[in-house]
Amino acid sequence: MISATTAHSVVEPSITTRRFAGSLVVLYAVITMIPLVWIVLTAFKSPDDAISYPPKVMFKPSLEGFCNLFTTRSRQTPEFIRSLGPPQGLCDSIARSRNMVVAGPSNYVPRFINSLIIAFGSTVLAVALGTLSAYGFSRFRVPLKDDLLFFILSTRMMPPIAVAIPIYLMYRTIGLSDTRLGMILLYTSVNVSLAVWLLKGFIDEIPREYEEAAMIDGYTRFQAFVKVVLPQATTGIAATAIFCLIFAWNEYAFAVLLTSGNAQTAPPFIPIIIGEGGQDWPAVAAGTTLFLVPIVVFTVLLRKHLLRGITFGAVRK
Amino acid sequence: MNELSASSRITYRAVMVRPGAARRIRGLSDRTLAWLFITPTIVLLLAINIFPLLWTIYLSFTNYRANRANVPTIWLGADWYQSILTDPDIWAAMQVTAHFVIWTVVIETVLGFGLAYLIDKKFRGHGMWTTIILLPMMLSPAVVGNFWTFLYQPQIGLFNYVIAFFTGREASSFQMLGDVTLSPWAIVIVDAWMWTPYVMLICLAGLRSIPDYLYEAAEVDRASKWRQFWSITLPMALPFIMLAVLFRGIENFKMFDMVNLLTGGGPGSTTEVASITLKRAAFESWRTGYSSAFAIILFVTVFGLANIYVKALNKVKSR
Repeated sequence: MISATTAHSVVEPSITTRRFAGSLVVLYAVITMIPLVWIVLTAFKSPDDAISYPPKVMFKPSLEGFCNLFTTRSRQTPEFIRSLGPPQGLCDSIARSRNMVVAGPSNYVPRFINSLIIAFGSTVLAVALGTLSAYGFSRFRVPLKDDLLFFILSTRMMPPIAVAIPIYLMYRTIGLSDTRLGMILLYTSVNVSLAVWLLKGFIDEIPREYEEAAMIDGYTRFQAFVKVVLPQATTGIAATAIFCLIFAWNEYAFAVLLTSGNAQTAPPFIPIIIGEGGQDWPAVAAGTTLFLVPIVVFTVLLRKHLLRGITFGAVRK
Repeated sequence: MNELSASSRITYRAVMVRPGAARRIRGLSDRTLAWLFITPTIVLLLAINIFPLLWTIYLSFTNYRANRANVPTIWLGADWYQSILTDPDIWAAMQVTAHFVIWTVVIETVLGFGLAYLIDKKFRGHGMWTTIILLPMMLSPAVVGNFWTFLYQPQIGLFNYVIAFFTGREASSFQMLGDVTLSPWAIVIVDAWMWTPYVMLICLAGLRSIPDYLYEAAEVDRASKWRQFWSITLPMALPFIMLAVLFRGIENFKMFDMVNLLTGGGPGSTTEVASITLKRAAFESWRTGYSSAFAIILFVTVFGLANIYVKALNKVKSR
């Protein structure tokens, strides 16, 4: 931190260098954000604005995308629509202006709820199992420790499709196919390797002396774990949980192969939102936007631990 | 403090009442506890990872088809392995995968390292801009990949419009996803967009781990900035760069979701990476035995390559 105050230290880049570096990075950041900004803009466009050429940056905002995302509609004759009473709500009046009536809710909300249940369920399980094993690996002499740890990591190297074949057969046999429980167990098994590796790093950093002191005071090892180590590891556990949550939230390969109706999550559902004559882009964009918002929030929360999470704890800063 | 005395009281009472029971609680030896803590994880992984893997190995030697479970299973030996290794379609898929892996890793490493190098200059607001740059990699590859098909639309897509704007070509004159020469690059572009930040973040950690005194010593010796870069910055950051390459290499070798939604392997099979071939064989033509054998070959390939690479990485680290 001394270097921050001595402006003329030899290793400090000059003001010109900094400005130049800064402007290049900002340029990259702006370019990289364009696709994301475009998703959000498209969500608020009317279908005509969304597919206009040249692409429209200025447009009249519309909630039609969100309406189409949450409802299913059926086309009717103008006479039939006139014979109905006044439109019920905003979405109904938008639909009627297109000679359609709202027929019912779409599947987006159930898929979103599936995503929530499966992501949170598998996160809780993976973090619980991971914390226990990480503590075991961190504090005890376990025979073949390095081999076991490597084994846990190596389960991450298989292509998901390769695992999906026997899982599909196994789930079909024991009745877990297309169930939330099946997906929770599957995502837990994928996440637990990350959880063990990350949490072992976090727990390794907690001095053993804390527990030893507690055990001298009469705690059993288990009590020391619960009352001394767990509170110390809260930050690490929270960071790990968010990583597991993001994985389960984003996962597509298993979800598209192993679920169809009952337990399908949002990622396989969003691409198949179609309107009349092809994909309904404002609706897809609206679904995508809603789906991405939690991740953006989490990323900002996680930024200090990101590095550790994406390298399985190999790089700690 | 209160909690502490409360729980010691519990232990104390246990000792008073039933010495044997107390010994059992206290005597939950570290070894027992270690196994109690570790076993659930191992059991879960055995059930959902290892057992299926063994099953895959077994199936790869049989004619089993998941959509015809009633047909009696015949042991075929290594027939599938032989036919896969001599199948030109499989080699085509492996070439597509290699093109994808090599180009994404090269582009992401160059861009990622460059960005990290610039961010390490610590200009004002670099923290905020770093977080913004990191966003794409946290998003769902499937959902984002699907949206890129919209950006790539020849008539209405933003990507084509921007390219047309800067090159003066007609926006509808080229199809990123429909053209056999462009589509392999279309998937490389999206992957580079998503994962450059990943390499950047790891490289940044590498650059920040270089102690200042090395540069100070180099300045004293009047080494040029160019020389400092090649003899201090790059060698010191190399283990981190190699780690990033390892992670990206493994991930992209397995790539499925983003490519499946962008092109589905098409047009023809120009973007059919290994995972998509595998999915087509396993879940579309239901050749379970064949696809199991291919899955095993892929797994052994990743595992073998990763192991060789880690050895090289350790050598660089210990240098």
